[in-house]
Amino acid sequence: MASTEKSVGLVKTQKCRFDSFKLDCGRTLSPLEIAYETYGKLNDDKSNVVLVIHALSGDAHAAGKHSPEDKKPGWWDIFVGPGKGIDTEKYFVVCSNIIGGCKGSTGPSSIDPKTGKPYATTFPPLTIKDLVNAQKKLMDFLGIKKILGVIGGSLGGMQVLQWAVDYPDFVDAAISIASSAKLSAQGIAFNAVGREAITSDPDWCNGNYYGTGKNPETGLAIARMIGHITYLSEDVIEQKFGRKVKGKNNSSPAAGVDFTQDEYEIESYLSYQGDSFGKRFDANSYLYLSKAMDGYNLYEDYGALENAFKGVKSKFLIVSYTSDWLFPASQSKDIVRALKANNIPVTYYNIAAESGHDSFLVKNEIGELEEIVSSFLANIKEVSNGNFKNRP
Amino acid sequence: METLRTDHKIIASLIHKGAKVLDLGCGDGILLKKLHSLKDASIQGVEIDTEKIKECSRVGVPVIHGDIDEGLSDYPDKSYDFVICSQTLQAVHKPREVLNEMLRVGRKGIVILPNFGHWRIRKMLFFGGRMPKSNELPYDWFNSPNIRHLTIKDFKEFCAKEGIRIEKEYYFKSLDREKPGFLANLLCRYGMFVISR
Repeated sequence: MASTEKSVGLVKTQKCRFDSFKLDCGRTLSPLEIAYETYGKLNDDKSNVVLVIHALSGDAHAAGKHSPEDKKPGWWDIFVGPGKGIDTEKYFVVCSNIIGGCKGSTGPSSIDPKTGKPYATTFPPLTIKDLVNAQKKLMDFLGIKKILGVIGGSLGGMQVLQWAVDYPDFVDAAISIASSAKLSAQGIAFNAVGREAITSDPDWCNGNYYGTGKNPETGLAIARMIGHITYLSEDVIEQKFGRKVKGKNNSSPAAGVDFTQDEYEIESYLSYQGDSFGKRFDANSYLYLSKAMDGYNLYEDYGALENAFKGVKSKFLIVSYTSDWLFPASQSKDIVRALKANNIPVTYYNIAAESGHDSFLVKNEIGELEEIVSSFLANIKEVSNGNFKNRP
Repeated sequence: METLRTDHKIIASLIHKGAKVLDLGCGDGILLKKLHSLKDASIQGVEIDTEKIKECSRVGVPVIHGDIDEGLSDYPDKSYDFVICSQTLQAVHKPREVLNEMLRVGRKGIVILPNFGHWRIRKMLFFGGRMPKSNELPYDWFNSPNIRHLTIKDFKEFCAKEGIRIEKEYYFKSLDREKPGFLANLLCRYGMFVISR
């Protein structure tokens, strides 16, 4: 079934711009720019829209390539495309860069028109609600009145839940993968270490590194290394790297120890991941988005998670992975519990996978997700929430 | 319209239009799907087998991947009109808890049991001296998911002791053939009970 050779082909990131955008904190962003991509064709009654939401480090480029020379396709190319989990032959797929990001949508590296300089840390604080409201703006801009399905993993999954809560009439189906209705204290802890690594980097310059020739790449790389450990399971690290030693070792009893050298393969893997991320991502975006993630708490926002789901009308598919310890199955089950408390039909699947939190992005784990998501989406139009009436 | 298996037909006749139905161990989801299309039922399945979860999803039946032995504490009291447990009770570790939970969560329960008291099974054990195997019970002792061997008589006695009311009972030769209840514990392969408290 997984026809990963098939692709949406060459795609282009597009942009839309709004004069102003009111944030949860009360401040207004003006202007707001949103970078987005679309795949597939919007049908006549605009009823085949699937909104894909990326996680912390993603971008609008979910599938296809920007140029034939691109080495890598979009971040979810294994899942979004013709005949894939989200079939672009059936659905009109939209993916936008979340605000606060650094891949085309307004974020801390954008120019503040008031000062003519990048916002840096004067950028307003963000919430998950803000990220969702910005996507809603994009939907309005595209003339879309209803989303067939909104889908995302991790931070993307949090936004999916927020979508269903904030726009109950807009979302037919909500698909949340490897996610949670609040970030756990453990999750906050890992984010805190990541932020500490960034803010301790002298090149961070209190956030004002733009245009200085400095960039807190090292701090950001360390943050990413920590992140990567949490995205993998112990088993998969063991299998992929084990204790394999990388190349030669400059240390010797005579010369002492070269601590700058990666000795084990897992070390060099993390260094590589960290370095490349340090170069491609903006440190302030990482700080803002990880904070938004920390602050997410549907339990507290509504007194109890059950209350949060009181008015939702979407159908839900909740997916967790057995080896995910960052967003463990128990957190997904809690979402299911709160939905049940409201008598909302829900499909929940705890997929047996080895790759940990990142399983939804891993090619050899994608089959199960592909099956459940494609069949779930295919049935959305036939059955509607609650009493399962056929939709007109 | 395709024909319904007899037990499904009976269940469909038992529930009212628009009923809320929870099916514990819903398998491929076909029963729920039928109850939705025939009775406009609001449906929810629970299933432990991952292949069956995908089958449910394929036919559009909402299903929760879960182990009913872990309990139904996630479900509010009387949140369903009917809680179905078809050919599942014999495979759970805590049938007593499951039955009690069924009647907490649902106004009524519908239980279908394979009857280990059927004469063929008795004969196999008596004359063969081995644990019985049949079309309904095709497993060996070492790989059988059926860990609770109970008879119709056992079930009725249990209900009486637990204060569970048996409102209706149906008996089957196969799930497609109803049978009169005469000497049911000896002559019938399956029993279906509508229970309440």
